Amino acid sequence: MRLWPGRSRATEEFDPTQPLVATGNLRRRHLVSRFTQGLAIAAAMAAVAVLVIVIIAVVSHGVKAISWEFITATEPNGIGPFLVGTGIVVAIGTLIALPIGVLISLFLSEYAGNRLARPVQTLMDVMNGLPSIIIALFAVSLVANKQSGFGASIALAIIEVPLIARGTQEVLRLVPGAQREAADALGVARWRSILTIILPAATGGIVTATLLSVARAAGETAPVLFLTGLAHGDEFHFNPFEPLPTVPVKIFQLSEEANPEGFTQAWGLSLILIVIILVLGLGSRALLNRSKRKLTQ
Amino acid sequence: MSATPPAGSASLKLARSNLQSPARKRADRFGDLSLRLICAAAAVLAAVVLILIAKEVFEGAHLAFSKFGFSFITHQEWAPPLEKFGGRGLIFGTLITSAMALLIGAPVAISIGIFLALLAPTAVRNVISPLVEMLAAIPSVILGFWGLIILGPVLVSTIEPFLHNTFGFIPIFGSPQTTGASIFNAGLLLTIMVIPIIASVTRDLFSAVPRDLQDGAAALGSTRWEVIRGVVLPTTLSGITAACLLGLGRALGEAIAVSQVVGGATESHLSLFKTGGTMASIIALQFPSPVNALHLSSLYYLAAILLVIGVASNLLASWIGRRWGEAGGIAR
Repeated sequence: MRLWPGRSRATEEFDPTQPLVATGNLRRRHLVSRFTQGLAIAAAMAAVAVLVIVIIAVVSHGVKAISWEFITATEPNGIGPFLVGTGIVVAIGTLIALPIGVLISLFLSEYAGNRLARPVQTLMDVMNGLPSIIIALFAVSLVANKQSGFGASIALAIIEVPLIARGTQEVLRLVPGAQREAADALGVARWRSILTIILPAATGGIVTATLLSVARAAGETAPVLFLTGLAHGDEFHFNPFEPLPTVPVKIFQLSEEANPEGFTQAWGLSLILIVIILVLGLGSRALLNRSKRKLTQ
Repeated sequence: MSATPPAGSASLKLARSNLQSPARKRADRFGDLSLRLICAAAAVLAAVVLILIAKEVFEGAHLAFSKFGFSFITHQEWAPPLEKFGGRGLIFGTLITSAMALLIGAPVAISIGIFLALLAPTAVRNVISPLVEMLAAIPSVILGFWGLIILGPVLVSTIEPFLHNTFGFIPIFGSPQTTGASIFNAGLLLTIMVIPIIASVTRDLFSAVPRDLQDGAAALGSTRWEVIRGVVLPTTLSGITAACLLGLGRALGEAIAVSQVVGGATESHLSLFKTGGTMASIIALQFPSPVNALHLSSLYYLAAILLVIGVASNLLASWIGRRWGEAGGIAR
């Protein structure tokens, strides 16, 4: 790369009384630099602006729908059953995904050597990158096309496992090697030191990763649409082996109908969902920073 | 690690209780083995699930594949009642929306990464960084709903006529339609979705570029932009490519938001402003109520194509990350 094309400084008159200002080529390079930095700032601002615009739209349209009755009542006045349904489906999915994700990350960081860790890591990456719609198709054939909240939970669990595994792994990496060595030196068996020293130290990170994956799962639409999309919200359902009404499916269905009242309801649902997700996201972030500080102090 | 952390005392207590009785030894051997096996079993389970996913999708596609073979990819017509299925229009729609998302999204996202990692003061970074990540957390169904209700009308009334009048000689800027549903709208939503993904990966890449290299270039008289162009971007090129592939994978597979705003048409055409369809969005729209077995199988065929492309782009991303340079390894 040529940074300084042509021009020799020596040919220019130097006047010591003038203030030092970049001229000519240097001035041009400064301007280019300024300009590109401005572009980078503008790009960041644009992303934030999009976020703000979307959130303002959701909030301003959504608050019109929100009331205590809207949150707790059944259809047509409220959306209580959808919240309960999403809660049940996501909770079961997370309960399935949490142990598997944590165990996989333990395998990666404690047991697998480099040679084994690599393919498992790649496996997690591929799972993480799978389109959720394909996971939904898989879950449909797994439960033989029977509509149930549980089938949707399985699909959500497959989506959550790589997220939990990655988050846990990041914290496990922060657990000081000295603690492991100390336990080894005292003759503590590996499995005891993992269960009583390493895992407790990583609890904060595990909780964070789980919260994040819950936030992600709560907004996933394709799996719940295919697996429990036929449920209605006119009464409360609690049995996960029956179809459960869920929030994302309702928003999706309302957006497909051209009905202004339905749109209001959909905005209300969107507002509740987005608040839940953002609270989970911000809360987990604060938690992660705290537990990271604890581990690296 | 000179200070003894509280957990150290825990291990001491553990060790004291750990009198080496034969029973204890046996228990430990058993515990070690079983924990190792359980962990390995979890990893194997994940692999099995992935294989099962592929198996189910390909099995579901079998009927359509034996009927159409690879000509499915090049045929255009998608008429469920007539049992005629061709994926060309949908593949085309997928490619065009994803390309749009990457062409607009990648430069913006990389700029955001540069801003967050190299330019912004810490206080600003600590505010903007979580905001960009929040953008990724917005559920696609809400983004799609917003795109349909808010973005669509704006596009139809102002942006599409402007682009058509100014750049109308390029065929992709055809005449605007009356509904907000269009390939253009879907592409913009995908752009919004890929930006936070690429931005957060590239931000981590850029902050991992060794300070010495940057300082060296600056000491030689480079301006900030020249440091970025001459040092930061070249050293992280592999990672940036991997990040873009990750974004591409997301854009290709996004079903819900696209199906809300794309209109659900299945033919291929050049104009961005007409309705269209992508593979994932047609699966989302038509899978719940297939017309006949061949229809269902054709949807699985589309899913199989998506699966192959998605897995390939992911593998490529992690391979690039591993093959070139330490910095690229961050892109996961």
